[in-house]
Amino acid sequence: MALLQISEPGGTPDPHQRRIAVGIDLGTTHSLVAAVRNGVAECLPDVVGRAILPSAVRYLTGGRRQIGHDALSEAAADPRNTITSVKRFMGRGLSDVKDRAKLPFDFIDTPGMVQIQTADGIKSPVQVSAEILATLRFRAEDSFDGELFGAVVTVPAYFDDAQRQATKDAAQLAGLNVLRLINEPTAAAIAYGLENGSEGLYAIYDLGGGTFDISLLRLTAGVFEVIATGGDSALGGDDFDHLLADWALAEAGMKVESAQDKRAVLVAARAAKEKLSNTDHVTLACPLGTTELSVRVSREQFESLACELLTRTISAMRKVLRDAKVDKADVQGVVMVGGSTRMPMAQAAVAGFFGKAPLTNLNPDEVVALGAAIQANALAGNAGANDLLLLDVIPLSLGLETMGGLVERIIPRNSTIPTARGQDFTTFKDGQTALALHVVQGERELVSDCRSLARFELRGIPPMVAGAARIRVSFQVDADGLLAVSAREEVSGVQAAITVKPSYGLSDVEVARMLTESFSTAEGDMRLRSLREADVEAERMLLATRSALAADGDLLSAEEGAEIERLLTALQASREGEDHHVIDAAVEALAKGTEAFAAERMNRGIRLALSGRRVEDV
Amino acid sequence: MNLNSTDFELFDTPAVFAVDRSTLDSRWRALQAEVHPDKFAAEGAAAQRVAMQWAVRVNEAYQRLKDPLKRAAYLCELHGAPINAENNTAMPTSFLMQQMEWREALDDARALPAVQSLAKDVATQWQTALSKLQITLDEKRDFSAAAQQVRALMFVERFEADVDQRLAALEN
Repeated sequence: MALLQISEPGGTPDPHQRRIAVGIDLGTTHSLVAAVRNGVAECLPDVVGRAILPSAVRYLTGGRRQIGHDALSEAAADPRNTITSVKRFMGRGLSDVKDRAKLPFDFIDTPGMVQIQTADGIKSPVQVSAEILATLRFRAEDSFDGELFGAVVTVPAYFDDAQRQATKDAAQLAGLNVLRLINEPTAAAIAYGLENGSEGLYAIYDLGGGTFDISLLRLTAGVFEVIATGGDSALGGDDFDHLLADWALAEAGMKVESAQDKRAVLVAARAAKEKLSNTDHVTLACPLGTTELSVRVSREQFESLACELLTRTISAMRKVLRDAKVDKADVQGVVMVGGSTRMPMAQAAVAGFFGKAPLTNLNPDEVVALGAAIQANALAGNAGANDLLLLDVIPLSLGLETMGGLVERIIPRNSTIPTARGQDFTTFKDGQTALALHVVQGERELVSDCRSLARFELRGIPPMVAGAARIRVSFQVDADGLLAVSAREEVSGVQAAITVKPSYGLSDVEVARMLTESFSTAEGDMRLRSLREADVEAERMLLATRSALAADGDLLSAEEGAEIERLLTALQASREGEDHHVIDAAVEALAKGTEAFAAERMNRGIRLALSGRRVEDV
Repeated sequence: MNLNSTDFELFDTPAVFAVDRSTLDSRWRALQAEVHPDKFAAEGAAAQRVAMQWAVRVNEAYQRLKDPLKRAAYLCELHGAPINAENNTAMPTSFLMQQMEWREALDDARALPAVQSLAKDVATQWQTALSKLQITLDEKRDFSAAAQQVRALMFVERFEADVDQRLAALEN
């Protein structure tokens, strides 16, 4: 189906039924869940009133686990089994993990994504993230005493396809219906923009625990248009901790070997860093085996150590302005997001660069989750939801490997999504019957400097002379920023397609296996779950179709209207049974049967948009 | 209006080179507000698919219309004078001479001020060439001559990108 939802908030399918939709900020150091309640976005606290859930999972023997605060408090005692900052490993191979020598985990170099050996067996970063997400899902379900309709999960703007796919897999593993993946700075802009009624050009400087993002957005009457984005997916507060820890050990002339000691020094360094945001001097101290590390550090010393990291954020900012062809004087305000922006040196660096004080009036820890919640509420089609529209971009160019290991760019970075582009290629040998395609992401000219996303082959090309075949390769990036690639030989019509489950992602089989093993479905029977999902989808289709008929039924002839009515009745009838396949088939039939109607409605919507009139004026 | 309408039809703007950027921007937002998949998130996968096609099409048209060179190339194509840059590399000697001079100047420019002054030079030339292109397209309506101008401008665009890259390297 495809029905144009032209209805105003008050006219959504069923104004009495509120769908529970949440926003989740899955952060490197901590995660939050938020929802719109009574028209206001707020973070949902746990039973003891804490909104922040530390992104830490401790695995114990026998399938037991501790998540959040409980896990974090054991991190120093049981570092090997307490996985922290797992976001840094999402969609990453072992060689991508810098600092791995300093981390206390038993990494396993598996093809695709790195994995970690724990007391409860081998865990992939996707599974660890799913534990955190499921904890937040349960929290939300308890808060509302109901099932979730769906969630918007945030990712760093600079996450590549593999990292995004891994995040989406984790959310599905946690039993969440992912309404949309949105970029963290964009989420922050929503929360900030709606709060302040701002219009104009804004920069979002997001320095989190493990990632740095900079985004440039234009806000116009409820439309959030990302103009350019950049950053560093491996630069964050953790790096400041590592720097300070290394420095302190060098000052004391000490070395640490054990996982416990490594963790203890990092924890002490982070505590010292946080204190230095409010005081001039602090003592970085922790017990190390039989001795003790104790080093006095001034804010000045820390700042001179960390200055290089901040310089990296400033040059990323310069690059984004250049990409957007925007002068920094045109930027109306800079919004600071992420706990690390509490460091006075970060605020000073941004103020120095833009020549104006950054905006810090929203809680930098919560702002991303709040923005995601607002978007989730809008996507769920809830009454009273803000009429907002996000127009986001892809952060990194997508391309194909061509002869000589060079990259042919197909979709340039900062293209507004969804987007699609095609490019024609040909064979280079007589009688060539197959073509290998290597999909890469990145800005460099050489394939070896870019991230490899997927490889696939177009086979069965009829033998022709070199250069006679016309092979059209199409890239399509959806609104989540995820890529699908297809190739077709135009002369013979031979086709091959792949949804980029990147080399770094998980196969569908792996996800299915994890789903059956995971606790999020353990209590339930898969069949019942499928039935419930099919029923929810059926209800959604029924409501949407009825509201579309009410709004635009005049576009249909009597026969067309009768046919849609017949499909509606059939779908309603299918819900009486217990077989989700039957319901799915009826949903699909209704979808197909209303496609032409959808196109007509889309047309009407576009004509109205162009004539500048609103629907209700007609 | 359908997925095969021209970019100009889709944006309800006359099929000429001179377009008003702010009109394009506001039309784009209005169109996306109608067709973006997010507007159908509560309606199931099939609705998302149609919305996705439309949103992609609207973005494609916007990308092409807002970029002067792409817009000009598109106009030439609509009027039967495709650009075919790969097969048409012949350029007037004077143009090639200037390209070579620019390349040499960029190679020699080591310090920021020299590159900046070159960038300014290129930007001025670019603007002059676009004004000429507008006359060829909108007044003379000579599309094969316009296609030739577009091909030349593609060189200038590429050079401009190289200058930009050098500027970025020097500023960091």
